[in-house]
Amino acid sequence: MATVELRFSASPEHVRTARLVAAAVARRAGVDESVLDELRLAVGEACSRAVGLHAVHGLTTPVRVELTEAEKSFSIEVGDDAPSSVPAPRDQSAAEAAEDTDELGLAVISGLVDDVEVVSDAHGGRIRMSWPIATASVV
Amino acid sequence: MDLSLSTRTVGDRTVVEVGGEIDVYTAPKLREQLVELVNDGNHHLVVDMERVDFLDSTGLGVLVGGLKRVRAQEGSLRLVCNQERILKIFRITGLTKVFPIHESVDEAIAATD
Repeated sequence: MATVELRFSASPEHVRTARLVAAAVARRAGVDESVLDELRLAVGEACSRAVGLHAVHGLTTPVRVELTEAEKSFSIEVGDDAPSSVPAPRDQSAAEAAEDTDELGLAVISGLVDDVEVVSDAHGGRIRMSWPIATASVV
Repeated sequence: MDLSLSTRTVGDRTVVEVGGEIDVYTAPKLREQLVELVNDGNHHLVVDMERVDFLDSTGLGVLVGGLKRVRAQEGSLRLVCNQERILKIFRITGLTKVFPIHESVDEAIAATD
């Protein structure tokens, strides 16, 4: 089971809440302070993308965010209900890609997160990201 | 924090000072502002991002949209940013090659291509 699970209506105004919650749980789990900014950005990108996909497909279901603390890692999974949403890679310039914020969002995520997996099937898509947890010193 | 926007004119340049968070929720406000400025004949824009706390790909998309609009009028769009965490987003998306990025507003205003 996830340590903290969040479901929010697929509207842009709630993405900030998801970012704040993810960063707070990650900090508590022991994720290094220096990567919290990147984590916040990556989860925001994943949620923005999910919100966009729900809008495009006219879905009224919520976006799901699962924050899971394990022994050595902290993982975040963002789930949407849009069918087969993984875009085919295309050869295009950065400026062209920037017009398509969906692809730019994925580019930001893969640029920021070493351990990332994007999967999609007929029922929806998931972006799974994880970060190492700094070994806590005994106090 | 929400998005704050203010504009001022220096010679033929229009400086747009942006503060707060530019994300999927607030980016449309920035887009509106840029579109309005260009429609009103301001074709040389300097976007000062020194007070931006957060920027995501939606924000990048809006800036690219702004750049295309001013270029269509033979104008320019320059960014001012010294914050490493914001600059990093431009770097990983390859957009440092697309935007002129300056260290200060004065430098951006003085710059010519």
